[in-house]
Amino acid sequence: MAEAREKLLEVEDLTVTFGSRRHPFTAVNKVSFDIYKGETFGLVGESGSGKTTIGRAVIRVNPVSGGRVRYKGEVISGKVSRETDRRVIDQIQMIFQDPMASLNERAKVDYIVSEGLRPRHVSEEERQERVAKALTDVGLLPEFASRFPHEFSGGQRQRIGIARALIMEPEFIIADEPISALDVSIRAQVLNLMSSLQAERGLTYLFIAHDLSVVRFISDRIGVIYHGQLMELAESEELFAHPLHPYTRALLSAIPMPDPVAERNKKLVVYDPTQHGYTEADPPLWTELTPGHFVRGSQRELEEYRKML
Amino acid sequence: MTNENVALSFEDLHIQFTLRGQVLKAIRGISLDVYKGESLAIVGESGSGKSVFTKSAMGLLDANGTIAGGHIWYDGRDLAQFKTEKEWLSVRGKEIAMVMQDPMTSLNPLKSVGDQILEAVVLHQGLKGAAAKAAAVDALRAVGIDQPERRYKQYPHEFSGGMRQRVVIAIAVACRPKILICDEPTTALDVTIQAQILDLIKNLQKQLDLTTIYITHDLGVVANVADRIAVMYAGDIVEVGRCDEVFYDPKHPYTWALLSSLPQLGVKGQALYSIQGTPPNLFQEVQGDAFAPRNPQALNIDFVERPPYFEVSPTHKARTWLLDPRAPKVEPPEHIRLLKERGGLSRG
Repeated sequence: MAEAREKLLEVEDLTVTFGSRRHPFTAVNKVSFDIYKGETFGLVGESGSGKTTIGRAVIRVNPVSGGRVRYKGEVISGKVSRETDRRVIDQIQMIFQDPMASLNERAKVDYIVSEGLRPRHVSEEERQERVAKALTDVGLLPEFASRFPHEFSGGQRQRIGIARALIMEPEFIIADEPISALDVSIRAQVLNLMSSLQAERGLTYLFIAHDLSVVRFISDRIGVIYHGQLMELAESEELFAHPLHPYTRALLSAIPMPDPVAERNKKLVVYDPTQHGYTEADPPLWTELTPGHFVRGSQRELEEYRKML
Repeated sequence: MTNENVALSFEDLHIQFTLRGQVLKAIRGISLDVYKGESLAIVGESGSGKSVFTKSAMGLLDANGTIAGGHIWYDGRDLAQFKTEKEWLSVRGKEIAMVMQDPMTSLNPLKSVGDQILEAVVLHQGLKGAAAKAAAVDALRAVGIDQPERRYKQYPHEFSGGMRQRVVIAIAVACRPKILICDEPTTALDVTIQAQILDLIKNLQKQLDLTTIYITHDLGVVANVADRIAVMYAGDIVEVGRCDEVFYDPKHPYTWALLSSLPQLGVKGQALYSIQGTPPNLFQEVQGDAFAPRNPQALNIDFVERPPYFEVSPTHKARTWLLDPRAPKVEPPEHIRLLKERGGLSRG
C-alpha cells in the first residue's frame, strides 16, 4: 500500500554535526525516513534528541554534514541552484513552537503575515488580498491585520503563525511543537485547524513533538528518535499496539492519562541505553521488520522483536 | 478556624490588581480547605488565577496586587492580614515552600547548587558549618541525585532539566516545610522525566508527611498525583471533589469541556472538542456564571445570577445551575460518559 503513494520528502542517512572539527557533536546520526504526500508524519523524542534539528535541516536552516534530503525526487540538501532554493522556501514552510517568541513584537500582523511575499514582488493590492485571505483561512478577522501581536491571545498568535506559513501556499509544513506552549483548551482549536487545513488543501505535515498522546492523535505515521538516531518507525496505531524498541515502550509508559485508575496502575518503564549489549560482531541496524514497521536493533534483538509481533 | 485536619484554609478570598487605574478582580471569593497530608490539584487554563491564588498564601503577589477581602488561615494565624516582609518570612519557605515551573530560570546560575541548598538549610534549619553542608548533601541525595558530594560543587548549567528540577525540590524540602506548593512542576520537562519527578514528589510527601498543592493545566498529571481536584475558571473554583469524582462524574460544563478537549480522549479523524470564545475580561464585573458565554448549553439563569455551590456528595460540589432541582436535564458530552464507563482507559 505504501509503495503506491507518492513520496514527497525522502531523508537518506541525514547527519548533522555541530561544533568544531576537533570537537564535533553529532546531533543527528544517519536518519532515514520518507514522508508521503498528504500524510502527517510525527517525529517524537525528548529534548536534545535532534528532532528539531531534523526539521531545520530539511528546510535548509541547518547545514547537512552527511546524507541527502530529496523533495519531490530532487536533492535539496547541500549546495543547490538558486531556483531550487527559492522553490524550497516557497513550498516548505514552518510553524514554530512559541507564538510569544516567534512573532516580531514591533511589526503589525499585516507585515508579519506577508513578509514572505516581499521578495516575490507582488502588487500591494494582491498582497493585501492574500493577507486577508490567509487570516480568514485560519479563523481570524481580516481587520486584525492592522494590530500588533501583543493584542492577541496565545491561540490567536499561533493562528497568525499558521497564516504566515499558509500565505506562501506551501505543500509541506514543518510544525515544530506547534501546541506545546498553548493552553489545553486552545490546543484542541489549533489541532483542529491544522487537520481541516490539511483536508482542504492536501497539505503534508512533519509534526515534531515530545508529547506522544498528541502525536498519536494527529499523525498517520510516527518516528521515535533518541540521541540523534531513529529507534522505531511505524504507523501510529501499529506503534501503539506493538511497540518493539525498549525506548518506545518507555515513552509509551510515561504518557500521562487523564484517568485516575489508569494512572494508579501505571508501570513506568525506564530506558537504559546500555541494556542492548551491542557488540561489533552484531551491531544495531535499521531494519524493516514488517511492511512499514522499522526498528533499530541487532540481529539478536530483531529475532526477539519478531517473536513479539 | 481550629479544625485539626485543615492545614490551610481560604475563606471568601478576594484578590485585586490595579493596572493603569483599572481594577482587575483576579480572585472572586474563593473558599477552600486544604487538608493535612493530602495532595490537592488546582486545574485551570492560563489567566484563571490559579497561580495568583496560591501565591497569595506565600505573600508573593506582585506589588500592584492586594488581598481585597477574606482570610487565609494557617496555624491559627490569618495570612491575609500580614503586612510586613518580616511576618511573611516566618511562613514563606519555613512553613509553606514552593517549586516553580521552570528549573532553567528558578536557580541562580552564578551559585553552585550546593550553596543554593545551603542557604535554605542555614536559614531554616539553623545549622552551621560542616553540619549544614552535610545536611545539604543529604538533601541532594534525598532527591535522587547520584554522587551528591561531587554534584554539590557544580553549577546549574551542568545539570539537565530534570536534575535541575530535582535541585529546586531539594531546596524547597530543605526548609522542612509543612506545605509544598508545586506550580506546574513538570511543564518544562519531557514526559519520561516528568513521570520521575512526580514520583519523587509523591515519595517525599510520604516520607516527610507533607501537604502538597499542585497547580497545573495538565489533567494527566492531575490524575496521577491528586487526591482532590479544584477546577478554577475566571478567578473562581467552579468544581471541587475527590480525584475520581471529578474525572468520572464531573458536573460543571467547564470541567466537561476541559476533559473533552484532551487529545488523549480524541478519536482520530474526528475534530477534537474545542472550547469556543475566550475567558471573560476580569476588568469588568462578571454577570452570572462566568463560563456561560462559552457554554453552548447555558441556561438563561446562567447569564443573570451566579450559581451557588450545589453538593453532589459530601466531598464533591460544583457551582452550576444544572444541579438545581429545577434545572432541565443536560447530559454530559459523550467523551465524559465513555471515560466513566471504561473507568480506566486501556493503554496502547
